[in-house]
Amino acid sequence: MPTIHLENLIKRYGDVEVLHGIELEMADNEFTVLVGPSGCGKSTTLRMIAGLEDVTEGEIYIGGKPVSRLEPKDRDLAMVFQDYALYPHMNVARNMSFALRLQKRPQAEIDQKVKAVAATLGLTDYLARKPGELSGGQRQRVAMGRALTRDAGTFLFDEPLSNLDAKLRGQMRAELALMSQRVQKNMIYVTHDQIEAMTLADRIVVMHGGYIQQQGTPEELFKRPVNKFVAGFLGMPPMNFLDGEIVERNAGVFVSGDGFDLRLGDEKAAVAKAHSNKEVILGVRPSDLVFDADASEQESLTLDVMVSEYVGAQSVLLCRCGPAKVMVEVNSETPVALGQRLTFAVNPNGMHLFDRQDEVAI
Amino acid sequence: MRRAVANRLTPYMFMAPAVVIMVIALLYPLGYMVWGSFRDWDPSQTIGEAEFVGLKNYVTLWHDPNFRESLGVTLSFAFFVVTFEMFIGVGLALLLDRNIRGMSVLRTLFILPMMIAPVVVGLMWRYMYHPTVGTFNRVFEAIGLPKVDWLGTNALMSVIIADIWQWTPFIFILSLAALQSLPRSALEAARIDGATGWQQIIHIKLPLMMPVLIVTGLLRLIDAFKVLEVILVMTEGGPGLSTEILALRISRTATEFRELGVAAAMSNYLLILLLFFTVSMFAFTRWQEMRANRLRTAVEEDE
Ligand SMILES: Nc1ncnc2c1ncn2[C@@H]1O[C@H](COP(=O)(O)OP(=O)(O)OP(=O)(O)O)[C@@H](O)[C@H]1O
Ligand SMILES: [Mg+2]
Repeated sequence: MPTIHLENLIKRYGDVEVLHGIELEMADNEFTVLVGPSGCGKSTTLRMIAGLEDVTEGEIYIGGKPVSRLEPKDRDLAMVFQDYALYPHMNVARNMSFALRLQKRPQAEIDQKVKAVAATLGLTDYLARKPGELSGGQRQRVAMGRALTRDAGTFLFDEPLSNLDAKLRGQMRAELALMSQRVQKNMIYVTHDQIEAMTLADRIVVMHGGYIQQQGTPEELFKRPVNKFVAGFLGMPPMNFLDGEIVERNAGVFVSGDGFDLRLGDEKAAVAKAHSNKEVILGVRPSDLVFDADASEQESLTLDVMVSEYVGAQSVLLCRCGPAKVMVEVNSETPVALGQRLTFAVNPNGMHLFDRQDEVAI
Repeated sequence: MRRAVANRLTPYMFMAPAVVIMVIALLYPLGYMVWGSFRDWDPSQTIGEAEFVGLKNYVTLWHDPNFRESLGVTLSFAFFVVTFEMFIGVGLALLLDRNIRGMSVLRTLFILPMMIAPVVVGLMWRYMYHPTVGTFNRVFEAIGLPKVDWLGTNALMSVIIADIWQWTPFIFILSLAALQSLPRSALEAARIDGATGWQQIIHIKLPLMMPVLIVTGLLRLIDAFKVLEVILVMTEGGPGLSTEILALRISRTATEFRELGVAAAMSNYLLILLLFFTVSMFAFTRWQEMRANRLRTAVEEDE
């Protein structure tokens, strides 16, 4: 499949610049997920790749060829829209075969293709129905089927699951993951849901305010976020942030703040040393806090439990640490009473430090 | 108990004035006309003095070649006018449905003809069609084309052109509104699926606009059967009977030939024709609603 390369892509609406130089290189057959909060420019980026929006500056290369002046139909891609964008007056079969019929493919080939795709998506019984006669989930499948029947080189998805209820969304997410393994195409997927991003992506691109914040594998982004935004955006429940300061003592390098005084691990300490006495933000994921009554003070946080949210095997505790609130994930069997003061050991590899001025990782 | 009855009657009480006005203003004249159509009635008589002749007026009319000719003129006028207006109106809407600067000014200009009083339209076109000093023939002469006998041998074509000029805007604005309410993402999907501009029009835009187009066409058809002023001013039905549409013939039968009964019968023929179109329009919208309902219930059962 052709590789896609975005070169310094800029988009302006009138005087307002909404994308400020997007630079992105996607590998062959990669599942790329653009993720970010509402209004960050994900859809705009995707629609520029599709050819539905003009490129203000920069260039899009598909298979090494500049395409920003080409019509959508000449870019060899298929797209699934958030509202599905089915043709309301055509039945499912005709919806799925529209592109092939425009290409004047032989009828036998069209029928066979539609039948095959419908079978994989469980749509065989609905081929004669109009979109208005289908439920939301079925319409979603038809939209997916329409893209699959095309056999295009690249698939674009703009929040395809966001109109479904939570259960169906989980189910479709799994099916999508299966499908992406099977069809082996370039996929670019836009979502604001970080769980979708983490589970589906080969590469995640986190966007914010028209800039790319960071890109990499889900693991890279989860373990080594480059700034506070990425750290807070990925992971559920989100990372805890505590204001503190880096202090060098005889016993080692500490990050110290209201209600905590933690010794940094050796690796982290070596880096942090250069930032001695600097105001920083300490980030710790809820899953990096482990209930341990015996932990020493310099490797643990002591927290007042305020609320406990039971979510099954795990519970999320909302606690207080000085002025800040901290969330902790614990096994639901852990005996916890509200108002109790508990000690949690901090995973030394789970401590993230960010400069308080520019919020960049240290 | 009394309160409950009063409550139930309230809506009817609110409707009563409207119903009374409807009966007086609409049904009474209509009944009068139907009643009159069964009589041999001269304008100098009251309706009571006129002799009852049963269906004679209707039968006479049916065999009257002049009436038939007039009916033919009306039908072909309506047919050509509506066909051309639909094609041009929808075509213009498809052409002008884009966001280019100055487009809104252009759209406003296009709907101007509709806002001019019909009598003025008639006068304007009569001058433009004038055989020697009219705009058209002067222009034709200037560029070396032969003159056209607009309101003479080509009278029907000329009035059709004038009507198209006046009423195409109606179709244009309704089609434009329909176009702009089409689902945008479906059109984008079609572009990605490889549809050219034409293919989008044929496979997506027109089918989705069809319900609006059908109703618009029927409305125009009903209106086209009732034109009077423009033709009256331009040709008075001539030359001969060539542009004498039914409305004109009805008025002449009543005033010139002084046969109110026959005129009433003719009106009733026209009424039946119009009723047919009106009912089909309602039937069509009703069918649309039912289909929408059926779809909705089908979806709900599924979920
Ligand atoms: N046609 C337009 N004219 C002006 N500004 C626009 C237009 N379309 C989008 N924008 C702006 O561009 C920015 C990015 O929009 P975009 O639709 O790409 O956001 P998004 O990341 O997809 O958000 P969401 O998750 O809500 O869909 C937004 O701030 C939006 O206000
Ligand atoms: Mg969006």
